[in-house]
Amino acid sequence: MAKKLVEVRNLKKHFEVGKGKILKAVNDISFDVYEGETLGLVGESGCGKSTTGKTIIRLYRATSGEVRFHGDDVHQISGKNMKDFNRKMQMIFQDPYASLNPRMKVEDIIAEGMDIHGLFKGKERQRRVFELLETVGLNKEHASRFPHEFSGGQRQRIGIARALAVNPEFIIADEPISALDVSIQAQVVNLLKDLQKKHGLTYLFIAHDLSMVKHISDRIGVMYLGAMMELAESEDLYDEPLHPYTKALLSSIPLPDPEVEETRQRTILTGDVPSPIDPPSGCPFRTRCPEAMDVCAEKKPQWLEVRPKHYVACHLFEPESQ
Amino acid sequence: MSGTLLEINDLAVSFSTQGGEVQAVRGVSFAVGPGETVAIVGESGCGKSVTAQSIMRLIPEPPGRIKHGSIHLHGKDLASLTEKQMRNVRGKQIGMIFQDPMTSLNPTLTVGDQLTEGILTHEKMSQREANKEAIELLHLVGIANPDERLKQYPHQFSGGMRQRLMIAMALMCKPELLIADEPTTALDVTIQAQIIDLFKEIQEKTGVAIIIITHDLGVVAQIADRINVMYAGEIVEYGTVKEIFYQPEHPYTRGLLTSVPRLDGDRSQPLIPIVGTPPDLFAPPVGCAFTSRCKYAMKVCQAHDPEVTELSEQHYTKCWLQDDRVEKPY
Repeated sequence: MAKKLVEVRNLKKHFEVGKGKILKAVNDISFDVYEGETLGLVGESGCGKSTTGKTIIRLYRATSGEVRFHGDDVHQISGKNMKDFNRKMQMIFQDPYASLNPRMKVEDIIAEGMDIHGLFKGKERQRRVFELLETVGLNKEHASRFPHEFSGGQRQRIGIARALAVNPEFIIADEPISALDVSIQAQVVNLLKDLQKKHGLTYLFIAHDLSMVKHISDRIGVMYLGAMMELAESEDLYDEPLHPYTKALLSSIPLPDPEVEETRQRTILTGDVPSPIDPPSGCPFRTRCPEAMDVCAEKKPQWLEVRPKHYVACHLFEPESQ
Repeated sequence: MSGTLLEINDLAVSFSTQGGEVQAVRGVSFAVGPGETVAIVGESGCGKSVTAQSIMRLIPEPPGRIKHGSIHLHGKDLASLTEKQMRNVRGKQIGMIFQDPMTSLNPTLTVGDQLTEGILTHEKMSQREANKEAIELLHLVGIANPDERLKQYPHQFSGGMRQRLMIAMALMCKPELLIADEPTTALDVTIQAQIIDLFKEIQEKTGVAIIIITHDLGVVAQIADRINVMYAGEIVEYGTVKEIFYQPEHPYTRGLLTSVPRLDGDRSQPLIPIVGTPPDLFAPPVGCAFTSRCKYAMKVCQAHDPEVTELSEQHYTKCWLQDDRVEKPY
């Protein structure tokens, strides 16, 4: 397999929420992202998937653990290297309405990164902006307009153009299509796929829509309450999910096919996700797990590669409990 | 289907704004039978929520206005009722569930007060009797310890539990019709699965008819009997759930179905999106509103609005491709 581009090791991000309480948004997760792949990160709201993305790109400082990019710990980078790192790693945000400055022209939004890094100047700058607009399916007339003149899908394209402007290697896309209509989602996903092919980009694609994540990702990580539960190649995860949470998650997604839905056997989880401020002891999923055992409350399950390239954290798959 | 519960005929709703008149709903007709589930599917701005709110007469007037058309519930035209008469319909004959359970509950009232408010307005009943009804319904929607829960406030409930509360509240006066506007959109998928099951269970137990508004085709496949596909203020296709999923005729319906990936689908198959964006409803196109995004568009589509074609007893579409003179491309 390809080279490791990003290595996440025992990453923790905790927030103090007052009265001495601590919210463990990301609690000891480890995974790699390989060059040229798309790694999908899925989970329900509050599972820590966005915090993971933001900690990787250093929008948050890690509480402990490391994130290595090309082998360098991103939380230790300083000075000139920092600028270089910032250029190579970019982010696309969820809300196309809130993530563009309403007082800036599209041209300046897209070129802001280039200006900071001194990449393209004068006529080159404009030429580059026009080229980027075309790459994302807009045209050069759009350069002198303001964000409010665009629809949600078009704004998300502007966000993508901005991320591409500095020739990044790695893009973290945090729910890039959740705010868009169904017919527009497919446009943006196809665009992201094309750009990956053309520029050899690596993506961390964060979303809650497992159907879309499976469509775009080579591998998928499933998170629950700050922990990584399972990580495998997309087809594997779908064909042979191991973790009871992954199984339940897959089975709760409705398929756009009424005949299949009529006969489909589904596992419906009871109850809600517990609070990340006071998570259950041992395995975070045990309170809703249909297969919970005594050991699940006592010990946190280990993160094991139980099959080639298929990782899971569940006592059902630990050697001593089998 | 035994008779009709609700019948909407040629409904048009507009809003006047500073920029002119927005024609949000432009001639919508459909019917709902007792005990059945009808879905309205479409993208944001297609008029699906405005249609639902018009049935409840919840459109703020002004700036909104029902321009023409009728909404008959048991043969009585809701569009012509006075506000006072309408109050006897809302909550009592038709219950409504909104998208966001976080903002549709009053944070300063106990859940018990909110649940019983409607029934105390509509029925001659003591608070004690109303509480008894409320406890029964909380039980039905799967909320444990209902006696205790009645005294609590909405913030003490999770998102999924609040949506259960909303459903219980809508059912308090035993309505014949429940309108659910994107009832699972704000919920996580494992909770969404619980709520969809709850809808089915409630329908089995009470026989209530449901109009569900959603953009999620998966949810529709699970719950609906019949589907209205809306685009730019019009119903472009209408049929049973199987007709819409397996024999879609309108290019927009076909486009919607090919632009969503399936969990059990093949990753190497690219998604086929619908190009472009929906038209501006300040000045809707003269011809078919989908023309500019339609890959099969012909000259006639731009100039003339297509007629509704009946494909089978319960399957209709509004598209020029159905005209006898056209050779269909698919």
